[in-house]
Formats: sequence, C-alpha cells, structure tokens
Amino acid sequence: MRMNRVLKGVAVTSALALALTACGGSGDGGGAAADGVVTAHNTEPENGLIPTSTSEVGGGRVVDLIYAGLYSYAQDGSLQEELAESVESEDNVTWTVKLKEGQTFSDGSPVTASSFVDAWNYGADSDNAQKASYFFNTIKGFKDSDEEGADELSGLTVVDETTFTVELMGPESDFPLRLGYSAYKPLPEVAFEDMAAFGEQPVTNGPYILAEDGWQHNVEMELVPNEDYEGPRAPKNNGITFTIYENYESGYQDLVSGHLDVMDQMPPNALDTYEDDLEGRASSRAYAGNANMVIPGYLKEFEGEPGKLRRQAISMAIDRQAIIDTVFKGTKEVAKEFTAPVLDGYSEDIPGSEVLEYDPKKAKELWDEADAISPWPEGKVLKYTSNVDGAGNREYIEAITNQLRNNLEIEAELDAISTFQEMRQIVSEDGLEGISRAGWQADYPSLYNFLGPLFGTGASSNDGRYSSEEFDAKLQEGLQADSVEEGAQFFNEAQEILFEDLPALPLWYQANQAGWSADVTNVEQGWDGVPLYYNIETVE
Amino acid sequence: MLIYMLKRLLQMVPVFIGATLLVYFLVFSMSGDPIAALSGGKPMSPAVEAQLRAQYNLDQPFWIQYGIYLKNLLTLDMGVTFSGREVSDVIGQAFPVTARLAVLALGIEAVFGVAFGVIAGLRKGKFFDSTVLVFSLIVIAVPTFVLGYVLQFVFGMKLQWVRPTVGAGAGWGDLILPAVVLGLVSFAYVLRLTRTSISENISADYVRTASAKGLSRTRVIVVHVMRNSLIPVVTFLGADLGMLMGGAIVTEGVFNVPGIGRLLFDAIGKGETATTVAVVSILVLVFVIANLVVDMIYALLDPRIRYA
Repeated sequence: MRMNRVLKGVAVTSALALALTACGGSGDGGGAAADGVVTAHNTEPENGLIPTSTSEVGGGRVVDLIYAGLYSYAQDGSLQEELAESVESEDNVTWTVKLKEGQTFSDGSPVTASSFVDAWNYGADSDNAQKASYFFNTIKGFKDSDEEGADELSGLTVVDETTFTVELMGPESDFPLRLGYSAYKPLPEVAFEDMAAFGEQPVTNGPYILAEDGWQHNVEMELVPNEDYEGPRAPKNNGITFTIYENYESGYQDLVSGHLDVMDQMPPNALDTYEDDLEGRASSRAYAGNANMVIPGYLKEFEGEPGKLRRQAISMAIDRQAIIDTVFKGTKEVAKEFTAPVLDGYSEDIPGSEVLEYDPKKAKELWDEADAISPWPEGKVLKYTSNVDGAGNREYIEAITNQLRNNLEIEAELDAISTFQEMRQIVSEDGLEGISRAGWQADYPSLYNFLGPLFGTGASSNDGRYSSEEFDAKLQEGLQADSVEEGAQFFNEAQEILFEDLPALPLWYQANQAGWSADVTNVEQGWDGVPLYYNIETVE
Repeated sequence: MLIYMLKRLLQMVPVFIGATLLVYFLVFSMSGDPIAALSGGKPMSPAVEAQLRAQYNLDQPFWIQYGIYLKNLLTLDMGVTFSGREVSDVIGQAFPVTARLAVLALGIEAVFGVAFGVIAGLRKGKFFDSTVLVFSLIVIAVPTFVLGYVLQFVFGMKLQWVRPTVGAGAGWGDLILPAVVLGLVSFAYVLRLTRTSISENISADYVRTASAKGLSRTRVIVVHVMRNSLIPVVTFLGADLGMLMGGAIVTEGVFNVPGIGRLLFDAIGKGETATTVAVVSILVLVFVIANLVVDMIYALLDPRIRYA
C-alpha cells in the first residue's frame, strides 16, 4: 500500500523526535509547604556557591544560608555571633579574632583559623578572579595579592587553632560590621582542591546545607537543615527549596495560585494589587538601599558657584513623593540623606538636607541666579542617562525630566541606554554628558558602606568622580573613632559636606515587598530586604 | 537517495561555519562591556577584571577569538559560561526541555491543524469553515505573549487546572499548556494551508476519476486528496520545527520553562558569546536537518519527486 509509506515517514519523524528528546523528566507537582519544607523564589546564581565570587542576591541568599561566618546580621542589622568568640582591637588597625571551639563543617572537618585565613587569601588573589575580591582591599598586603601575584595577604596571621589576626591598611572602626557579609565566610580544606566542583556541591557549616545534587541549574536548589549547626539562626522549618524563576511575574503567578510559599520582591505590574491578591500576606520594609542621581564633577555647567546653584535647583525642582506615589505606587520612602534609615546612626536632621524639599519657586530662582553668573548654553538639553532594562527606570526618569522642564523651564530628557552593561561602560569611561541614574545596596549595615565607596576620592563606585579633601578627612576620622556610634557622628558630619557640594542628589530609599502563601507564617524581612528564611514556619 | 543525503549533509558545513561566524560577529560588536556588568555595579578590582577578560579571551581581536572558538569546537569544547559551567552541560540540560516543548507544539499544530483544515476545506463556505477561519485569524493576530499570559491566567490562576508555571521536572504533561501557546499561531497557518490545498484539489480531474472508479468517499479523500494536499503543509511543518525551537523564547519566559529560549535570552543579555553562538548553531542544525527530513518525506508523498 502506498499509504504505508506515508505512515512510515511519519513514524520515522516521530521516532527521530523522541530520540532527540530522550525520555522526559517526570512532572512532580511539588506541593507547597509539603513536609514542613518551604518553597521560595530565587534567581539562578551567577556563580558557583563560593562566598568570594558571589556578588549578587541570587547566589548571595543561598551562600548566607549554607555558610556561617564570624557573625550574621539580626533582623535590625545588628551583629549576632556565629563562630566568633570575640573580635577586638586596641587601635582599629590590628584586629584579633577568636573562634568558638569545636565547630565543624558538614563533612566533619573542623572550622579553624586557617579556614578563614585560607579562604580570604584565596578571595583576594587576583589570579583566582573572585568578583568579591574587593572586600579585602583594606587588609594589609591586598595590593601585592591583587597586582603583584602574591598568594597571601601579609595582614593575615594564624596565631593558633582558633585565633587569627587581621592587620588593616588604616584604622577602621566599623570593621566588625563587615564580617557578617558573605565574602568573609570560611572554607574547608577540600574546597581548594577543585574550587569549580566545590562551588557546585559545597561542604559548608551554615544553618542549612545544599542537599546531595540539590542544585538543578535554572530549575531549583534544595536546602536541608544542618544538624550540626549551633548558631543563632536555627531553622524552624524542615528545609527550603528555592525555585528558580526567570522573572518575577511567573513567580508571582505561582505564589498567588498557592504553588510557591515565599517571594521577596513583587513584580512591578503587581504593586497595585498584591495586598489584595495575597489577602494581606505581604509586607513592605525599607532596606539598606537607595536611589540617587549623580551629577558628574567633570561637567562644565556644573562647576563652581553656578554649578552648586544648579545642583540645588534641580534637587528642589523634583517632587519626590509624587513620583513615588504615581510610578512606584507608594512602595519607596523619600530620602532625607545619603544613606538608609535601617542603619545605626541614621539621622533625618543633617544640616543642609532642606535642599531635598520640593520647592519649585525657590528652584527656579536658584537656576536663574546661576544663569546670571554663567548662562546655561543656548538650546542645551540636560540629559539624564539611564539603562532602561531595569524595572521602572524609564518611567521615573521621564517623570523627573518632566518636572525639570516644567519647574526650571529648561530642556531635559531621558538618554535611554538599552542595557546595564552599556551604561556601566559609559560611566567607567567618564562618558556621561549629564545626570546619571545610580543606586546602591549596602553590603554590610554601616553608614560608611554608603559614603566611602560612592563619594570617597578615587573610590571604585564614585561615578561622578567627586573629590573633596574635607570629606575624605571626615571619613577617616569616622574610621578612627573608638566605637561604631562615635564613628557614625563623623560620618553624618561628612554628609553635611555632601549636602554642601551635592555630587549626587538622594531620591528615595528602597523598600522591598515580600509576599507569602497561606501555608507558611513568620515571614520577616531583614535589614537588607531579604526574608529571614530560617525563621519561616509551615502551617499544618 | 543515499548520495543525495550525503551531499545535503556536506552542504551543512559551510552553512554552519557561516552562521557561527555571523552570530559571533554580531555578539562581538554588541556595545557594552560584559565584564563591567558582571559584578552588578559593585566595585571590582582592575586586576580581577583583567584576569576575567583574559579568561574569556575578551582581550583578543575578533579573528583570534573566533579562531579559538572554532579550534575548541573541533575538540567538542564549546567553552564555559561566565558562571564557569561548561556550555555543553548547560545546553545538554536545556535542549531536551525545549525539544520536548517544540515536538509537542508541532504535534498539536499538525494533528489539529490538518484535521480542522481538512474538514473546513471539504465544507468550504459552510458555517464550520467560516467560524474556523475567523478563529484562526484572531489567533494569528494576537501576539504570543498575550496568548500566553491569558491562558496562564485562565487555566493556571482562575480554573487552577494546571500549575501556572512549569519549573522543576518539565515533563510532557507540564508542557501541554505552553506547547498549545507556542503551537497556536502555526496551527492557524497549518489549518489555512490545508484548507486551501484541499479545496483546490477536491475538484481536480484525478479526484473525479477516482470517484468515477467507484472508490468510497473516505478512500478518495484520504488517499487521493489528502496525499496531494499535504505537500505544502509538510514543507511548512518542517521549517516550523526550527522556528518553534527558536521562537520558544517568549513562551519559555512566560511559563518559566528551563529551556533553550531562556538560556539564549539570558546569554545575549550578558554578552556571553560562547553560549549564544553555541545555542544558535544548534538551532541552525535543527533547521537544516528538519529541511532534509522534509525533502525525504516529499519523495514518499509524491513519487514524481525522486532524488538521484
């Protein structure tokens, strides 16, 4: 029969197709909160689970849960001891770290002073190309390790099994505050044999450990409680399975339909409705992050006295609250200074902060005053450069430029850059032609972590190339202070100088919206907006 | 036939080299510095940056980079991603998922498209025909992601028949809804193609002859009309397999399917040349092989088309 040939053809094709696809995986439904296990939203980590190469939240939240360092951060950002017995210094330069005895990694090997020193040496050595290597740049010997190929930081010394010392390049009063950050976690000896393989299946010492073959890339990561863990973050659930999503929208669908337990951020299109959709199982909390606009120091129109007046004018011409309400549905807080309100030492009343208040009339006067000294070039458009691949960037910047046009009677427009990487390149080449969008999320809860990296002379994230001896000196005083509290006073005085010079204009503090399913309770966000996963309990 | 196939397979070599070269060049000339974005705006030591640049050969000129890529490819080394994983592993994990999705979509569009098309073609101008035509027009006009979100909302969130996203496992059953979305547009084309073809052939001389010989209507339609009418449809379906694999980007995003489309989207965003080129090369291969299969099915459908 001729028909048979047709059938044969079809059969061959489908056989080919089946062979191509092999046999498919099985569809396990993965019911929410089954057996006391919490399912949570995550993005695919950009690296293996190695503390010193993790600099983004997708990997960061997992690293924080599976490793225990010297300290961890409590919900309010204060330090709580994990492995540290004490971290002390006489002069804020040389710090002596003592570990608690008898701590082990999940394979039974002990956590010793060398576990820290080796891990930090590895992280700082540029040969290993660890993205977070920068966190060791205040330790003595970093330059040799970074540029000259030295394998060890000369500032780190193992004293005995449970003691080591850290010698810094200069005084740093808030050094202990750093030590809860993921880059400072210890590594077991086995890690150094094959770091890439270790990153896929690490041996760790945190409240959770990665289950055997627990990381299915782009799909999920299964964390189980670590029975040997004795620190302050004891798990209140039977494990956490992070489901990996490409975008927040699809995660949100799963959350609302009860297939996912916890999400730490709401997608932009749900900001209007999430509180109703989730029937109140949601919370919003400001975290240690802010958004500001940078006005580069290398722009002619913004130099000297007229430049200062123009910066003030721009600041007062922006109605921050109106933008938060319309563009962000009220999910941010108007900035009152350059850091973030969840930090110790935060102050709303820094002299000079009046410049952040909306006053269009005053703004226009200031702008005209500047023009009287040195006129704004005829027909020049004030560009506001931003990547538009981030959620909400385009909308809020168009709103701001609109306000500038109306209130200052100048031409202002969004200079849209399509991707974040292009934007970073322009910034790093000093190629900005006007204002640029900037934001910062703290790595550790300290005022200095906002001020130093963003505004210190020559600092790496100082996009506007701001430089002020007076400001740098204030930061130094803060670092030399006897205590974190005393340091904070100096840091706030440094902020007064920023309000005078306005190298950047604070816009708002970031807040995070978390949501959860009816199957779990006790979801609280920490100082950095990330939920305290170990505290989450499942409902029977 | 065998020689013909060999010839066709040999033709794939220049196609493959040309395609990889083109894609490699496009990714290379994409503006922006992938390393600068790697640390997410956080500080990165210049020494580490230089080290990473050297690691991915980003400090080399275009021809050397491409040369290294080709040389590695000959030893079946597709390179590593920025996260340090073997590109071959990454693709090996994502490819079966997308292949399942595409085959399922192809199956849905072929079965339903041909069935509906045949019925519509036989009842040209009747109620069923007009309804189906209007419906197919709507399906073609509505963008895939709109269809995706609407079906996800209706079946996943409101009716709760399926989980809104695919996620872990991604078995055949989980992929039905995304496959429907992916196949729907092509389904409309298959339907229209079949309908036109059938309605043209139904009045052809050989069909009248077959009927005059006293053959049953079913036999006339299945063996004579359909067989001749399916040639353009098979051509379309063959080309469509490649389109479905590549076009899965949107659908995979909406339904969170861990497949090739998501991988490609992600790799382009990061400026990750190795992954991008590897994925596109595979899509090219699928395209070429699918076309070869189509040509062979021709010979089965119509003995007049023969290959020496």
